[in-house]
Amino acid sequence: MSGAGELLDLSLTGLSAALAAGRVSAREATEAALARIEATDGRVGAFLAVTAERARERAAAADARAARGARLGPLDGVPLAVKDLFLTRGVATTAASRILAGFVPPYDAAVVERLEAAGAVLLGKLNLDEFAMGSSNENSAVKPCHNPWDLARTPGGSSGGSAAALAARQAFGTLGTDTGGSIREPAAFCGVVGLKPTYGRVSRYGVVAFASSLDQPGPLGRTVGDAAALLQVIAGRDARDLTSSTRPVDDYGAALEEGARGLTVGVPRAWLAEGVEAGVARRVKEALALYERLGAKLVDVELPHTKYGIAAYYLIAPAEASSNLARYDGVRFGLREGGAGGLKGMYGATRAAGFGAEPKRRIMLGTYALSAGYYDAYYLRAQKVRTLLRRDFERAFERCDVIAGPVTPAVAFRLGEKVADPLAMYLEDVFTVTCNLAALPGLSVPCGLHPEQQLPVGLQLIGRPFDEATLLRAARALEREQGPLPRPAGLEA
Amino acid sequence: MPVADFEVVMGLEVHAQLLTRTKIFCGCSTAFGGEPNAHTCPVCLGLPGVLPALNQRVVEFAVRAGLALGCEVKRKSVWARKNYFYPDLPKGYQISQYELPICEGGGVPITVDGKERVVQLVRIHMEEDAGKNVHGVAADGSSGVDLNRAGVPLCEIVSAPDLFSIDEATEYLKSLRAILMYLGVNDGNLEEGSFRCDANVSVRRRGAAALGQRCEIKNLNSFRFLRQAVEYEVRRQVEVLEGGGRVVQETRLFDPARGETRAMRSKEDAHDYRYFPEPDLPPLVLDDAFVEEVRRTLPELPRARAARYQRDLGLSAYDAQLLTAERAVAEFFDAALAAYGAGAEGAKKLANWVNGDVARLANESGLAPAAWKLTPEKLAALVKLVDAGTVGGPGAKQALEAVFREGGDPAEVVKARGLAQVSDEGAVEAAADAVLARSAAEVERYRGGNTKLMGFFVGQVMKEMKGKGNPAVVNAVLKRKLGP
Repeated sequence: MSGAGELLDLSLTGLSAALAAGRVSAREATEAALARIEATDGRVGAFLAVTAERARERAAAADARAARGARLGPLDGVPLAVKDLFLTRGVATTAASRILAGFVPPYDAAVVERLEAAGAVLLGKLNLDEFAMGSSNENSAVKPCHNPWDLARTPGGSSGGSAAALAARQAFGTLGTDTGGSIREPAAFCGVVGLKPTYGRVSRYGVVAFASSLDQPGPLGRTVGDAAALLQVIAGRDARDLTSSTRPVDDYGAALEEGARGLTVGVPRAWLAEGVEAGVARRVKEALALYERLGAKLVDVELPHTKYGIAAYYLIAPAEASSNLARYDGVRFGLREGGAGGLKGMYGATRAAGFGAEPKRRIMLGTYALSAGYYDAYYLRAQKVRTLLRRDFERAFERCDVIAGPVTPAVAFRLGEKVADPLAMYLEDVFTVTCNLAALPGLSVPCGLHPEQQLPVGLQLIGRPFDEATLLRAARALEREQGPLPRPAGLEA
Repeated sequence: MPVADFEVVMGLEVHAQLLTRTKIFCGCSTAFGGEPNAHTCPVCLGLPGVLPALNQRVVEFAVRAGLALGCEVKRKSVWARKNYFYPDLPKGYQISQYELPICEGGGVPITVDGKERVVQLVRIHMEEDAGKNVHGVAADGSSGVDLNRAGVPLCEIVSAPDLFSIDEATEYLKSLRAILMYLGVNDGNLEEGSFRCDANVSVRRRGAAALGQRCEIKNLNSFRFLRQAVEYEVRRQVEVLEGGGRVVQETRLFDPARGETRAMRSKEDAHDYRYFPEPDLPPLVLDDAFVEEVRRTLPELPRARAARYQRDLGLSAYDAQLLTAERAVAEFFDAALAAYGAGAEGAKKLANWVNGDVARLANESGLAPAAWKLTPEKLAALVKLVDAGTVGGPGAKQALEAVFREGGDPAEVVKARGLAQVSDEGAVEAAADAVLARSAAEVERYRGGNTKLMGFFVGQVMKEMKGKGNPAVVNAVLKRKLGP
């Protein structure tokens, strides 16, 4: 390998091949990544913690395995990083919230266990919106994260650090979580691939809960193949998460290169009609045209209840969050304030000081929606919308294999632009929340740069339940035809 | 007497701990006691990121209870979150069941004043217990939280407002407790809190159709407290109504020290628990085969057993009920009868012993049958010694007490302690002679026709023989000596 720069340009699968061939060591890859983080993260802000020592130990172990001819698989020795919503034993986990100050988990999240069992080298914990609540990473109580394409812009959220670290070539793959678009939106904004698996495909055990019926961990990669390789390792039943599926895990590499020929791509025309910025619409339409040229068939599909998605999402997610965030009470872990004020004083002071504005807003929204007398009108009705949305998709999937459309209405916006307007921020999620509400897999793959702004545009692909393989295949067909995006410009200046 | 113009209507909510070895959503021990927080893990501590994994035994036990109580076991039930803040509730919500519980309907049989009826149940649902706050132990005055109990499985059994006297309420609790203990799903221990009861109490004028406003009374951890609390509460509510007032719906706490209930919180500041379906647990779906398998393994229940004792062994209803109230006692009785033989005749004798001296010793010692040194075989052997005339009644009682407390073979105990009955005529005559010699006046009156004095002579001879004389021989010897 001629230099660290070239090494960092490798995809995860490229690095894996180089490690397997002995052309590079896990130590070299890890040192290169750590040096890159050191050199760039002051400007990007993707990492909340860098676990250099642990990474070096694990890289040495990986190299020892490789020397014995006992590599554990494609992730062995590959430097990765995970959103700081995943619990890591012995490493502080903050959810980017003050209320978890000082919390060092006694156990690892299931997906962290799986990554480490596969030999992966964890570089650290990635920035996010506090408790995964946000679409710009600006709700992080620690620091904002910047988009490597333009440091004045948001990387998206809530998994902003997970996308930015990849775009900044600080890691070879990352994990995020997606409750209403939190993997796909940042992936789109940062020009990387992000996959939200079917609800239940990946264990949520050890993931700080935001909205339990919507949360789903998933991979982000610089290529479709990278995302597939990560999903292969983290997917599957976990007896500790009873919502995880017992369905066997597909071989995601098997059909990856089969191309778009024979696929039927459903296009919800309404998603491109209004509210989508012209440059984004143009790139999405070009991608659709490309699919047609590659031998796919395009059909129009109707998803009439999409327009209720945001309303339903912003009732269900806060309702569940209001309950999930009750455990942050100062009693057993994390921040404790106002000890002298008695029990209620401690609760009040701890939660007032510990939670930022967005979690507070959602706790209030959710508490209201679940309150006696309002439950039927809000929470229950929102659940009915979920059923209607699911039926919309079922009907659409009678006619197509994947559904394609935009991930977001526009490209990455400027930091600070929407901070004062929570509603505008919530509307960022208009195309992504339906996937979560219907428990379907969704993927964001780059489909070029915005014609004027020169910022990445994402194409969203939505699949049938547990049909991640087809999503990956369709995304790979586009990626292969389009070739890689140029390097992000923001860090080179 | 104004209270007599009113009728009390009650419903009881029982929280019964299900006797699983591990907690409902994690693998921690359910053992009582232990160092504070020794039986905890990330799941029952409610750490971030944890998820509940359901213990299937909990479901099996709840189904067992439901089937035994004649409930409809729902093939689909739903877990729900009950949200409230309290330090002993680690997650800030309790996982319970709300709109769709595992069992609906059913009933608990009771017998009051010889009349038998079935008290209607509304539902049974499963839930996790909370921990407990510990005050006054830390040197700095701060309070602590012990989460050993957090996540211990409970089933809540809710009766309809179908109890119309304190006696009915008490009988209901006893019957329910006996059934759950028979099923092996609950240990019936009120002191340790594994069988707890809240009472919904209301009163109405006799003849009124509508129910009165109810109050919920908490902290009733003994049958005595239940009685005291309900008596107090009924008087209080009647006084309120007689005084022209209205009973306010509220939660009241029983204070055992003062024997009264007092308001804890009113409906206005009652919790809004914000129930919603637990998203971390799929709906609980049971298949018919599972339910039928549980039904197949149900044990014989107390009432069926008592009926069998009356029918097959000729025992009285009273004896049969006492024997069957606790499964372990009934099993002790069965084993003793098997060892003794002799069918109905033996049954009556053994029932007298088990319900009499054995029950007294058990109560005094507080020991459960498993801990008795008296085995069923030893009891049978002792009764046979009585039959054979080897030991008399008073001696047998002493021998029983010795075996109960210290163990040993009954025949050897009788021998070692000199409890054997004396049937030797020579020894009895010597004692009789001594008594008659010093009782000249009584002998005179007896011979004068006061034959009732025979009892006096027998008693004196028995006393002379330290209670060991064979009563039949003593009687015969005295009759012969005193003449017609």
